[in-house]
Formats: sequence, structure tokens, C-alpha cells
Amino acid sequence: MRKYLRLAAIQLRISLASAMAYRANFLIEGVMATASLGLTLLPLIVLYGVRADVNGWDLPSALVVMAYFTGLRAVLEGLISPSLVDLVERIRSGSFDYVLLKPVDAQAMVSASRYEPWKVFDLLGAIALLIYAFYKRGSAPSPAEIGLGMGLFVAGALAMYALWIVCAAASFWVGRLDNLMYLLGAIFDTGRWPVMVLPGAWRFIFTFVIPIAVMTTFPAMALLGTLKATTALATIGGTFALLVVSRLVWRAAIRSYTSASS
Amino acid sequence: MKSQLSRTVRALPTLLRIGVAETVAYRAEFIVWILTTTQPLIMMSLWTSVARGGSFKGYDADAFVAYYLATLLVRQLTGNWVAWQMMEEIRMGTMAMRLLRPIHPFVTYTASQVAALPFRSIIALPLVVILLVTSASSGVTHDPMQLAMFPLSIAMAWLITFAILFAIGSLAFFLTQTMAIATLYFGLFSLFSGYLLPLDLLPTPIAKIAAVLPFRFTLSVPVEIITRTLPHGELARLLAAQVAWTVALIAFAVWLWNAGVRRFESVGT
Repeated sequence: MRKYLRLAAIQLRISLASAMAYRANFLIEGVMATASLGLTLLPLIVLYGVRADVNGWDLPSALVVMAYFTGLRAVLEGLISPSLVDLVERIRSGSFDYVLLKPVDAQAMVSASRYEPWKVFDLLGAIALLIYAFYKRGSAPSPAEIGLGMGLFVAGALAMYALWIVCAAASFWVGRLDNLMYLLGAIFDTGRWPVMVLPGAWRFIFTFVIPIAVMTTFPAMALLGTLKATTALATIGGTFALLVVSRLVWRAAIRSYTSASS
Repeated sequence: MKSQLSRTVRALPTLLRIGVAETVAYRAEFIVWILTTTQPLIMMSLWTSVARGGSFKGYDADAFVAYYLATLLVRQLTGNWVAWQMMEEIRMGTMAMRLLRPIHPFVTYTASQVAALPFRSIIALPLVVILLVTSASSGVTHDPMQLAMFPLSIAMAWLITFAILFAIGSLAFFLTQTMAIATLYFGLFSLFSGYLLPLDLLPTPIAKIAAVLPFRFTLSVPVEIITRTLPHGELARLLAAQVAWTVALIAFAVWLWNAGVRRFESVGT
């Protein structure tokens, strides 16, 4: 375990060093983070500019969902997707062989292979949004709600990681599927809306088939204090199930790996 | 000059055949690309569910369905991934092959992307049918002039989108982080083209900016032509502006390419 923590720390340091090498990106990323936050908020502003309430969701509670979405997207773009894009590239070029040769678990090795440290701006934006939403709502969440809200954020990030790993494992079989990540990203975009705002069929799909709601809506409800205890437990259980499935898929994928190098 | 033109024209059928073969060869990739453009369906469900509680700034549920189906249709027919194709080829060095051919790459890339159109139409046709036979048809124009101009407007939207993405791809000659620019482009596009929201729902200052940017002509204009009833003067004005953007952006894209290609050093074996 210590070995893996040290490995993750080393890889983080390498990523930080290369991020520092492109210091100008600091400014670009800051501007991009602000712009993309504004872009995400716009439909919400348009919608709640006319309506006060959509299917039981008012502006502050929708903003909390948006904050969770922004935070998770930061984790996705800062941590998960750079590593997995890296993996797809290695599988294609054949240099994945060297990863397999190393005396550590390959999944742990690739899952933390690259970070985009500047995405921390998006995370800060998400926190600012949360604070604003609760200020607008006029009531702060209780410590228990904060605890559960943070716990479910971690669960959401893990569930997302599991989905993306399954997707990356697919590239062992299909080879050229880098754009599967784009697709997942596009689907994940729906997470910015409280799932209850969507019609029934979508609600079902995004809860049980592609559990985007589990990642953003439910944690937000936990923080708002409207989530039932059973749903919270089911969310955590579902996350574990996803992690186990993704691990199994990954192992099966590794077994069928045939090197692309010559 | 004349010989170059006739050479290009003679090569076109072959180029298109290659494009079709490429699309078929990478069919899994192609289907995934198509699925990434289905976002309007979710926006459609969202807004119709909102509009069920009464019309929203003049849009009722049917108007939203018509708008987003038309958006999806136009996006399916105009979308392309030439910027990603170019970045890949410049990075891998396979661009060198393309440069050896005696035809301007703008043409070869165009052919390769046009060849995907028949496959995209397979997705687009059911949309047209749904648009015409369901209650959403009340949101479609009956003006024959507008219906006739719709394909023309889509064709120009295709060319504008292609030119912008070709220019972004050409940036890979100058920069290494072109991917970030493509992401930025998509963000601006989804806001200013009406992809995310109909432009007349946007707050006034943003709608004003959208009116002067080229993005509107890649999506919103054909969608407006099919879903609104426009006075013919307005229709003519929109189409004229679209022609102007098409010419200007193609000229810009080719200029950027020609400036960039001089810096190209092939990498790879």
C-alpha cells in the first residue's frame, strides 16, 4: 500500500513539474475555467430567469447540482481522463508492454499516470458556486449533511473512474476508440441538470444504466438534506459494485492484450 | 493552373471512394462520433418538460421539439472531425504522404469528410421523418422558398464548419496544444451557434455578440430557415451573410494552411 502511495506521489510530482514548465498555461487555464463555468451556468440562468421552480427544484438547489457537476468535471479532466488518454495511446503504440513489465499493478500504474494540476481552478470554482448557492438559499447545511455530501462526492468520483476504466479497457479489444472518451464526456454533460428535471425515461437511464445522476444529483441532495438514507446507501453500494465490475473487466481485458509493438 | 484544376476534378471520384472506404473501415469510431452529437436530444427533453408548465418565452413544447430536432439534423449533416484528423497526421508525420500528392490538401480533406455524408444521412433521415409526421411539424415552415433554400444553407454551414476546423487543424503546425483550442472552439460554438439554446432565449448582450460571430451561420441559420417563417428580405440577407462567411473563412483557412505548411518537418519513419 505504501509503495502505491509513493508511486502516486512521484507521478504527481512529475506532472507538477511539467505543468510548471508551461507556466503560461496557468493564465489560460484560469480564463478557461471561468469561461466554462459561465457557459455551464448560462442555460440555468435562462431557465430560472423565467421560472421559479422546475419539478420541485429551485435555483439554489439546481446550483448545488451544478457545483457538484463542475467539481466532478475537474476530477475527470484533471485526473481520470489524462491518465486514460495516455493509456489508449500506449496500447496503440505498444509501449504499454513496459507498464506490464513493472512490478506493480498495471491498473494502479495507469490510473495515476498523468495529472492536469491547473484543473484545480475548476474545483475552486465549484466551491465558490456551492457557497453562493447556500448563501442564496439562506441556510447552511448541517455538519452531518456536509459529511455525507463530501462522502458521496468521493463515491461519485469513484463511480466515474470505474465507468472510464471500463471504457479504456474496451480499447484493448477495439484498438482505436479514443473517442469513446469524448462520448462519455458528452453523456456526462447531462449531469449538470438535476435528474428530476428530465422526463421519466431519461431519469431511469441516467440512474440505472449510465449512473450520471448518482454522481451529481444524489450527492447534491445529500448536501441539501433531501436525500433518503436508503438512497444514500444504495448509491454507495452501487459505487462499490461498479468498482468491482470495472476491476473484473480490466483483468479480462489485460488477459486478452496482444502487444502492438513489433 | 488549368491542368491542376482538371487533375483535381479527375481525382475527385477516387478521393471520395477512399473516404467511403475509410469510414467503413473505422465504423466503430464513426458511430461513436455520431453518438457524441446527440446532446440536443437531452436538451429537447429538458425543455419540453419545462414547457409543459406553459410556454417558455414564446416556445411551447412542439416548438422546442422542432427546434432541437432541426438542430440535431443540421449538426449531423455538418459535423466533421477534420481538425482531429489533421492533428493526428501532423503529430505522427503521416502528413508527409498527403503533401506529396499534387492536389491541395484542402480538397483531399474535404473529399474525405464529404464521403462520410451518406452515412450521416442514415441517421439524419429518420429525424426528418419524425420532424414532419409528429406534432413537431407545426414548428416547421411551409414556405416553399425557405424549404428550397434549406439544403443550400446546410451546404454552406458545412463549408463554414469545415473551414473553421481546417484552420484549427492547421494551427497544429504552429502550436502543440491544439487540442485545447478545439475544446475552446466547441465551447464557443455550443453557446453562440444555438446548439445549447435557441439564440433568442439568450440574454440580450450575449445574443448581440452571437449575431456578429460566424458560429451562428454554422447551425442556427439553417435551423431558423426551417423552423421560422421569415420575410423573404430577411431570408436573402441571412443567405448573403452566409455566403460572405463561407468565402472569407475558406480563404482564411487556406491562407493559414499555406503559412503553416512551410514550418512542417515530417517526423516518423
